[in-house]
Amino acid sequence: MSFIGRIGEYTMMLSGSFTKPDKLKVFWKRCVDEVMNLGINSMGIVFIISIFMGMVITIQTASNIESAWIPKYTVGFTARQTIILEFSPTIISLILAGIVGSRISSELGSMRVTEQIDALEIMGVNSKNYLILPKIIGFMFILPFIIVYSMFLGLFGGWLVGTASGIISTADYVYGIQYWFDPYSVFYALFKTILFAFVISSVSSYYGYHVKGGSLEVGRASTKAVIWSSIVMLFVNYLVTQLWLI
Amino acid sequence: MIQINDIEKGFNGVEILKGISFEFQTGKTNLIIGQSGSGKSVLTKCIVALHQVDKGEVLYDGRDIQAMSNKERKELRQEIGMLFQGSALFDSMTVEENVMFPLKMFTKMSKAEMQERVNFCLNRVELFDKNGLYPAETSGGMQKRIAIARAIAMNPKYLFCDEPNSGLDPKTAIVIDNLIKDITEEFNMTTVVITHDMNSVLEIGENIMFLSQGLKAWEGTKESIITTDAKEVTEFVYASKFMRDYKDRMM
Repeated sequence: MSFIGRIGEYTMMLSGSFTKPDKLKVFWKRCVDEVMNLGINSMGIVFIISIFMGMVITIQTASNIESAWIPKYTVGFTARQTIILEFSPTIISLILAGIVGSRISSELGSMRVTEQIDALEIMGVNSKNYLILPKIIGFMFILPFIIVYSMFLGLFGGWLVGTASGIISTADYVYGIQYWFDPYSVFYALFKTILFAFVISSVSSYYGYHVKGGSLEVGRASTKAVIWSSIVMLFVNYLVTQLWLI
Repeated sequence: MIQINDIEKGFNGVEILKGISFEFQTGKTNLIIGQSGSGKSVLTKCIVALHQVDKGEVLYDGRDIQAMSNKERKELRQEIGMLFQGSALFDSMTVEENVMFPLKMFTKMSKAEMQERVNFCLNRVELFDKNGLYPAETSGGMQKRIAIARAIAMNPKYLFCDEPNSGLDPKTAIVIDNLIKDITEEFNMTTVVITHDMNSVLEIGENIMFLSQGLKAWEGTKESIITTDAKEVTEFVYASKFMRDYKDRMM
């Protein structure tokens, strides 16, 4: 299928998803389940990555600004800017595009090849609305919380390594992360996070929902889902940064 | 009763169904049989409107599913039960949740009423004390029976079974066949079974359509299929040595 054809199919899928649910009570339960499946289950890996990346950012910054002219608190300031503006929203989302994207795609793909989606349709259930919309809503709801969690962990990791290795004192680090702080940068980060969540969940759903064939195709669809959701996410990141900050 | 009139369907310029007409009768097990690639599955998907036909009409007691609005089609589908080849049970749900699913989605039953209906359906397919199991924890034959229980949960007027005994041993296959036949008579449903299993044909074939290369090549009953002279049908019926020997003995 051509690229334009795929965009058309993706748009049709979204328009089929954004409809009135067959049963609101069941729908909200599905949303809560997806929050748990897609969000809460990713907390562990986000914890590890954020702590270590916070550590590395702090060490890298400190080792590159060894100058008497640059105040120590710059380490904290740089770590904060890096973590809040790009590391947590973009890199963590990119990692989650791999984890969550392949999960969504393989789940829907397996349901397609085992005729579970056909079974829903035969019963009269709008399968797109029932399966895809809760994933989109659930992930758009939970990802900002994961990113805020990642921001705190990243800053904590930076403090931990900075003070433990004697690179920076707690007072300097804390002063640095508070220095010239603009809450607007957090708003910007969370805004783009919500867009990323939409991209990851909807693009992965598209590849999973439209699988044709068998288990081999499910695997291929998962790979494509991760690749394309990452590409679209990075493009959206560029677009938002260009429009917002310049 | 389901009536199909002059159904045509193709994909990418290749004609799969070439003007098929037939009447699936109420209270009987209607069979669609034919070799692999003859168009059985495509025809079934056209009948349940998972595929849009290129030409023709599919009438459910006079209501053309292909010409309906989405809302009307959705309502009609609540009168349809379907048993898929691979059972198509929802992996993430228990046996009980699978059977309860259509009731939850489309009825205003209380929890107790739903539970009662689920137990009735599971007991009807002779599954007892399996409510809490997941589909992966049950055998192939059990999965078929769970799928039948789910299919009849909404008390459907029409039941479709796609290769209901594929992958089952002969004894379990006959149990499933007879279960389908009994349920059809008990609930007076219009049942359509897609199969290429001759045992099923001889066991439950009350009204049979034989498809060959996208055309209806023959129609009749399990009694008449044994005696027919239609070449394509005899090649299909007597494909196995057992059936050829049986025919010789009968002659």
